[in-house]
Amino acid sequence: MVPAPFDVLAKRQDTEDTWTLELQPRSGEPFEFAPGQFTMLSAGGAGEVPMSISGDPDEPQRLVHTVHSLGLATQAVCEAEPGQVLSVRGPFGRPWPLEAIEGADVVIAAGGLGLPPVRPAILRMLAHRERYGRLVLLYSARTPEQVLFPDELTAWSERGLEVLVTVDSAGPEWRGHVGVVTRLIRPAKLETGILVAMSCGPEVMMRFMLAALADDGVRSDRMFVSMERNMQCGIGLCGHCQLGPKLLCRDGPVCVWSEIAPWLSVREL
Amino acid sequence: MTGVHVIERGDFDGLLAALARRSYTIVGPTVRDRAIVYDEITSAEDLPIGWTDEQDGGYYRLRRRDDEALFGYAVGPQSWKQYQLPANVKLWRARVDQDGGLSEVTEPPRESPRLAFLGARSCELHAIGMLDRVLLGGAHPDPADSARTEDVFIIAVQCAQAGGTCFCVSMNTGPVAERGFDLALTEILNGAMHHFVVEVGSERGADVLEEVPHREAADVDRNAAKAVHAQTASQMGRELDTTDIKGLLYRNYEHPRWDEVAERCLTCGNCTMVCPTCFCTTVEDVTDLEGEHVERHQRWDSCFTIDYSHIHGGAVRPSPRSRYRQWMTHKLASWWDQFGTSGCVGCGRCITWCPVGIDLTEEARAIRDSEERPDAND
Amino acid sequence: MRMINELIAATPTFAGLEPAHLELLAGCARNEHVAAGELFIREGEAADRFFLIRRGLVALEVDAPGRGAMQIQTLHEGEVVGWSWLFAPFRWAVDGRAVESCGLIAFDGACLRGKCEDDHELGYQLMRRFAAVVIDRLQGTRLQLLDLYGRAPASA
Repeated sequence: MVPAPFDVLAKRQDTEDTWTLELQPRSGEPFEFAPGQFTMLSAGGAGEVPMSISGDPDEPQRLVHTVHSLGLATQAVCEAEPGQVLSVRGPFGRPWPLEAIEGADVVIAAGGLGLPPVRPAILRMLAHRERYGRLVLLYSARTPEQVLFPDELTAWSERGLEVLVTVDSAGPEWRGHVGVVTRLIRPAKLETGILVAMSCGPEVMMRFMLAALADDGVRSDRMFVSMERNMQCGIGLCGHCQLGPKLLCRDGPVCVWSEIAPWLSVREL
Repeated sequence: MTGVHVIERGDFDGLLAALARRSYTIVGPTVRDRAIVYDEITSAEDLPIGWTDEQDGGYYRLRRRDDEALFGYAVGPQSWKQYQLPANVKLWRARVDQDGGLSEVTEPPRESPRLAFLGARSCELHAIGMLDRVLLGGAHPDPADSARTEDVFIIAVQCAQAGGTCFCVSMNTGPVAERGFDLALTEILNGAMHHFVVEVGSERGADVLEEVPHREAADVDRNAAKAVHAQTASQMGRELDTTDIKGLLYRNYEHPRWDEVAERCLTCGNCTMVCPTCFCTTVEDVTDLEGEHVERHQRWDSCFTIDYSHIHGGAVRPSPRSRYRQWMTHKLASWWDQFGTSGCVGCGRCITWCPVGIDLTEEARAIRDSEERPDAND
Repeated sequence: MRMINELIAATPTFAGLEPAHLELLAGCARNEHVAAGELFIREGEAADRFFLIRRGLVALEVDAPGRGAMQIQTLHEGEVVGWSWLFAPFRWAVDGRAVESCGLIAFDGACLRGKCEDDHELGYQLMRRFAAVVIDRLQGTRLQLLDLYGRAPASA
């Protein structure tokens, strides 16, 4: 339970309340992780928070986190500057099944802060582009200003990821889609027979997105989601992250939709 | 040596002496604050001699017996859980440097006192095993790494009477302890006769018994013990039909009974504190006022607190209804999926110590009955 | 004309219409092009037309002083633009702007309204299809209203 020290190398502000921090393990040991895993992150005793890893899994000498400053603990993390130190435990959790889905067309539906947790998966799949069919990203943000990683979205589309972006509202200068993310399914012209879906974002968004894909014939055991509940220990001992029968730090955060969907329709489960 | 033997009441302290010679700290039942709790004991005189407990929903009283039985009661508010998973453990302490890093990290030495549990009941032995599975059976062992129960010397006691809220028979966890002990005692008290039928459960149990005056049990002794066990089994204060209990609860997340129990439940969390298998803890970082030092603590937590299910935006379970439902379905249903057994040992503590007497056997029955007789107005 | 028939029949909204109705629709339709940036639908104007997007992206907007034009929703290839032609007061409730250069099929809504009065089966078919469009747009709008990616509201 003792965290390891990571030096803050670089920091970039993404939106008014979101920062991306690039960390390096003080030990010099590479931080190996699988896309979809998370760490327990803290700054100087201000409390730990579970944080999806948003970096490149093929560059384990760096640990990258995109953090939304929302409470005391995340605020302390977001205030860390290069030269300062953050404490890290992990990696924990069940990752995206990137090997199992080789050969398929993959649609990634990400909403808001759901993009950072799928970024490692996108980078890994682009690094092995030939192993997958179509790769399609359907990404939804609140406004154009809240779109994360805009330069990377362009770079990824040049490497073989089809990128469609929509926002909830926009001013006249926005040239993309406006509307809920499910509306991107038609323009993406997905062929659902060999389709695998990965989704990360607010739970409401994932429910409607996967229902729409299921209506189009995507099998629920070929859809994967990254679930979130209160994680404290990260190691399956404190009980907080339970969602029905699952302990999400150990049986998730990535879950198969067919297994988790029935539990999500029970309010306050 | 294996098998079954008899120790006279007069020689009982010899057992404790044998343990003391082996440097065991003996933890056993004793009367304090009008309840029977677990504490260090040194002689038989520390035990609740001549006391019994009356238990019902939201009700616990000690009464004097008309005999001098050492173990003439069921279970009190505490369980052995406090030794396996202490209520507050300091995991480490560190200095917080200027750059936010932690230095001078010190982990407190893990004390491993040689503990002997005297008076553990069958339900409690099951609970100890369940907690072991939860805390030690996963990919990451419990960081507090408390009493490794294989090192604990256990003298079990076979219950001579069932408590008012007991239902170990329903849960297949008693009343007779069959394994998991070094020695198991059945107290036989009949007029002038007062002795203990002792089953040996391990080599070190046999070694201890060697040092205490004893005789081999005759058939009459074994039969007397069996009669005691059978009588206890017939006295269960409660019953829980466990047929497909997992499916029953998984099917009924939206049952109106949850609304009904929510009108009574205070979300005080007593049940989670007295339950011998509730294992939820919270991890907290505590700093001093200057923010120069930080300690990480692991404390007991309860799914009944509003913070328990907090994610950004608020609690996933804001209502008492959802929190009671979480506790009961975890205990009786999801535990199966998570750990391969039920989470309940039928000790009845949650019923006894609930200030409003909520009885999970009654709640389960109400839900089951409504499935079997959907027209019945409960 | 034949081209337009096929184009109309190929869209999700009008799929399954019987040939006679397709003919009626096509008879009220013609190809149009709108340049990128052109505001071709104005809030408050008579809604005598509706459109099918053959190619391009159309934004529905509402303009507010101080906030400027806010995009509410974009409509893409294969989608219908406009239901106000079918329901009183037959007036556009939003502005419509071509985000990119668009190829549209424009329908004479006033003319079609008349034909629906004469042929109730046609009327039923169009009502049914436009109701589905409204439902789809409404469900999406409800989710947009939730502001799922916004700062979470403070609560207990």
